[in-house]
Amino acid sequence: MTLTPQERMKIPRHPLPAQPPELRVQCFAEVALGYDEQTAREEAMRCLQCKRPYCVDGCPVAIDIPGFLKEIVAGNIDVAAAIIKKTNSLPSICGRVCPQETQCEERCVLAKKGQPVAIGALERFVADYDRRYRLTKPEVTVKASGKKIAVVGSGPAGLTAAGTLAQMGHAVTIFEALHEPGGVLVYGIPEFRLPKEIVREEVSSLLDLGVEFNLNVLVGRTLTIDELFAAGYSAVFLAPGAGVPQFMGIPGENLNGVSSANEFLTRVNLMKAFLFPEYDTPVYCGKHVAVIGGGNTAMDAARTAKRLGPEKVYIVYRRSEKEMPARREEIEHAKEEGIEFMCLTAPVAYHSNSRGWVEEMECIRMELSEPDESGRRRPVPVPNSNFRVPVDTVIVAIGAKTNDLIVKTTGGLTVAKKGYLLVDPETQMTTRPGIFAGGDIAGGEATVIAAMGQGRVAAHSIHRYVLERG
Amino acid sequence: MAKILEKKELAPRTHYLRVHAPVIATHARPGQFVIIRLHEKGERIPLTIADSDSSVGSITLIVQEIGGTTKQIALLRTGDDIRDVLGPLGAPSEIENFGTVVLLGGGFGIAAIHPIAKALRQAGNTIISIVGARTKHLLIMEREMQAVSHEFVVMTDDGSYGRMGLVIEPLREMIEQGRAIHRVVAIGPLPMMRAVAELTRPHGIPTVVSLNPVMVDGTGMCGGCRVTVGEHTKFACVDGPEFDAHLVNFDELAARSRMYREFEELHVCRIEERLQQHEVPQGVAGQ
Repeated sequence: MTLTPQERMKIPRHPLPAQPPELRVQCFAEVALGYDEQTAREEAMRCLQCKRPYCVDGCPVAIDIPGFLKEIVAGNIDVAAAIIKKTNSLPSICGRVCPQETQCEERCVLAKKGQPVAIGALERFVADYDRRYRLTKPEVTVKASGKKIAVVGSGPAGLTAAGTLAQMGHAVTIFEALHEPGGVLVYGIPEFRLPKEIVREEVSSLLDLGVEFNLNVLVGRTLTIDELFAAGYSAVFLAPGAGVPQFMGIPGENLNGVSSANEFLTRVNLMKAFLFPEYDTPVYCGKHVAVIGGGNTAMDAARTAKRLGPEKVYIVYRRSEKEMPARREEIEHAKEEGIEFMCLTAPVAYHSNSRGWVEEMECIRMELSEPDESGRRRPVPVPNSNFRVPVDTVIVAIGAKTNDLIVKTTGGLTVAKKGYLLVDPETQMTTRPGIFAGGDIAGGEATVIAAMGQGRVAAHSIHRYVLERG
Repeated sequence: MAKILEKKELAPRTHYLRVHAPVIATHARPGQFVIIRLHEKGERIPLTIADSDSSVGSITLIVQEIGGTTKQIALLRTGDDIRDVLGPLGAPSEIENFGTVVLLGGGFGIAAIHPIAKALRQAGNTIISIVGARTKHLLIMEREMQAVSHEFVVMTDDGSYGRMGLVIEPLREMIEQGRAIHRVVAIGPLPMMRAVAELTRPHGIPTVVSLNPVMVDGTGMCGGCRVTVGEHTKFACVDGPEFDAHLVNFDELAARSRMYREFEELHVCRIEERLQQHEVPQGVAGQ
């Protein structure tokens, strides 16, 4: 069945089915439900198969998007999966958490006049289909290089680099500080947005490639980078993440009931505190919850809190909703689930009851003035506009700083601004030969896919580096 | 997985575990700790490394039964496995020749003070140790502490052994006698550490305490262990666990230590229920 471009353009975009809000806030099951085969094929038909596909430019790992969409239409899901996996080793994760609306889908020519092709939903469809029917199997087709490579951290950057290097024939060991591999994919992103089963399957496909996981190793304390080199590793890829949660430094921030989003999410996601006391880790969530921040982590924290049964959950953000860094889809999902948005509002202090627990949040109204260096309009406080809101739980989600443990215990690394490691953007190599870095440690908090892109670039440079040195 | 090479009860509800953890054993320094998780459903808790032996690849942990996880540890036996052990974590103690150092250990805090005392002695310090317990049979590691000390004082709350009173009393007397004390290290219950800080503050004696607040990851990622030290918020897991006692905000610390107490009580009830029904998670209580 061949359609003309005009006919293709007449097909409306297929929305991604989702659990109804009133049901999903009662559980941690995945919100988005995914396309069936028929819907996927109809959606893929909307692609005009541009000769010059701008969508590919928008993809940090340059997936051949028209190529895999064409195979979906032809019913060759296995071929579609193989095309995606050529440059993206974690497609069922990216299909769920990538901000497609600012990447591939933003560049889609259909977006100029209407709705872009739902590339993200289709990537997810292909990846899930592939996993369910085990169509593609990762394998090492090249001869073993005899080189040992150490990867520090098992988040998106580390997993991608490890998979890429293993397929190039290197012996890869991942060193992970936590007891479970996946980094932010397991401790940060909630189950309802990224089921942990998917992360486990991606990890198990790395095991099939011969990647070794060395869990419960904090590099910098359990072992140093120099010890890794001494143990015969030819190169090290550092992807330990951003590490340290930021706080605002306002009065009352250390009261009981105030925590970082990292702590709150780690308790619920990694430690399964929502199943306490079946699981041993508890999490505190009161009746009135304020989440501070407007990014994806803030949305994740607010929606996670909502599922623990409070009466009210607020998002408190100092700019307006338009400036929120969170994905549109996450903001919409949060609103559907009854999260209340307090925009142009900033907390200035938390007040406690007599037992040291937060009882009230004191806020000030903000207004937007001129754009700052980020291009967003700078929020400024409105004088004498303070007001108080009763809250018993505050979750601070205003970003993270780097952990300086590796820098302190490794010679030759240079730190750029805010503690990020200085790397050559072409190769991801740090200022010390043989040590490469990617993900949040090398450039500030970004997306899963950006970290994966850096992991991939680093893997290729590491490959060249170790071969050149013989 | 880390095998328990040896387990014994040092005192009622206080347990000694020697655990196979060769990489940690070769890297551990006094003052550091590990995070352990007992089983698939377990929580992560910090435990001080009381001793390490790199020749056999073991670390020693002293555990007091307080909450749900420590009550499960109590049921472990030699030969059982601990699912996860991460470490060594935290900044090591400052070890140099200060001169005369008074070390105070309260309750199972003695386990944490012992490796520091040993290292300070090796560094050439004169070691005065004051250890205390509520009552005689709760006193642990008396011989070990005595062996590393030039002067050694035992206190019990009820006078059943050593002198009657709190560990702070002999220190007060030493200060009043005008004895030269160059440094004080105190590890024990919060009220004890706080009292020591208040005692030494007017005399300007550098005083260090080791804090054990709520932690999840132990690597700086969650911030659950934050403590106000002077004007700054510090993370006990990476900036500590030892801090200048004169700068620690003990009021805040005491409040924060209560944050999860209600959960803990509920948890303990549930664990005891599970134990009665013999529904102990795999890996616990020996099979």
